[in-house]
Amino acid sequence: MTSNSNLSSMRRTVEQLKLEASVERIKVSQAAAELQQYCLQNAGKDALLVGVPTGSNPFREPRSCAVV
Amino acid sequence: MGEMEQLRKEADALKDQITAARKAVQDTTLEEAAAGVAVVGRVQMKTRKTLRGHLAKIYAMHWATDSKLCVSASQDGKLIVWDSITTNKVNAIPLKSSWVMTCAYAPSGNLVACGGLDNMCSIYNLKGKDGNVKVMRELAAHTGYLSCCRFISDTEIITSSGDCTCILWDIETGTQKTSFAGHQGDCMSLAVSPDFSYFISGACDFTAKLWDIRDGNCRQTFAGHESDINAIGFFPNGQAVITGSDDATCKLYDLRADQELITYQDSSIMCGVTSLAPSLSGRLILAGYDDFNVNIWDSLKAERVGALAGHDNRVSCIGVSADGMACCTGSWDSFLKIWN
Repeated sequence: MTSNSNLSSMRRTVEQLKLEASVERIKVSQAAAELQQYCLQNAGKDALLVGVPTGSNPFREPRSCAVV
Repeated sequence: MGEMEQLRKEADALKDQITAARKAVQDTTLEEAAAGVAVVGRVQMKTRKTLRGHLAKIYAMHWATDSKLCVSASQDGKLIVWDSITTNKVNAIPLKSSWVMTCAYAPSGNLVACGGLDNMCSIYNLKGKDGNVKVMRELAAHTGYLSCCRFISDTEIITSSGDCTCILWDIETGTQKTSFAGHQGDCMSLAVSPDFSYFISGACDFTAKLWDIRDGNCRQTFAGHESDINAIGFFPNGQAVITGSDDATCKLYDLRADQELITYQDSSIMCGVTSLAPSLSGRLILAGYDDFNVNIWDSLKAERVGALAGHDNRVSCIGVSADGMACCTGSWDSFLKIWN
């Protein structure tokens, strides 16, 4: 019966909302600080951010001179 | 008051409770917190390689964990495994159904998967004894198209579908372990957390949901987008989620603060986001749009710091390699490009 399935669907919705409401939340200031810290700590390893020297870029053909 | 009416009131009260709880921890904004950080300088990347070979639109690509090989799926009915450095095709796998929408590389490098309008996820073994790549399993149970798939290991894979659910599969037995239901619209994309304990899904109900892989529960739901979410990814530390939507914006949601921290938008951008990937440190977000471009965002300052222009049609997929050395874009123009 549609009314029964609507009811059980609504019961599930309420149970789900209770679960989501119970999440422990930290302050935005702490969350933002940690995201920032992660970015800054790993910036040096981030090739797309800091660039790759030609010699160590696996996707670039090395231009080398052969000593004949 | 009937039970239905009672439940409706309870639901509304809980929604208000969640809104209030989120507001209660909102002691600042990411914008304010990052005020002291300088915007990243202009990011300029060049196409280093073009992977040619597909004969029709490319719908998906995924890097292998070795940062060298990658797999792409095209509606020409092929999955191609590429060596991105030599541009050689390592495998060209013909598919039973050419209507493919997603592909994935297993972390081990042994398997690849794909699926689409056939509603199935097909698993292929790349390391078969006689060297031939064959279908190992066909995972069938979804009643809608397969929009995305991601391996947890060689024995488990998660799929998202147009039937509004996601499924965790046991690859060995070909059966469903867990079904994740809750979205009210087609699930379009999924991403697995770096520690493999959670995954996130983005859907056409404009929300993103965080799921516990083991207990099957939806832990958190993030709203705010004004249209379908097409792309989703984890911030590299696993603590935040980035979404891309048809509403022309990307958003960053923090999992522990349980709320949106920032929106990446510009009045000059009016077309949908199709794909996204964060750089290794999370400082850059590369997002592909319907207007054939990729915009590069400073994730902390929400400013556009660069663009990748080079495709002649929609950028449908984007991925940053595990070692962060390169970004790969796939397009409806049938080419993949490697940039850094």
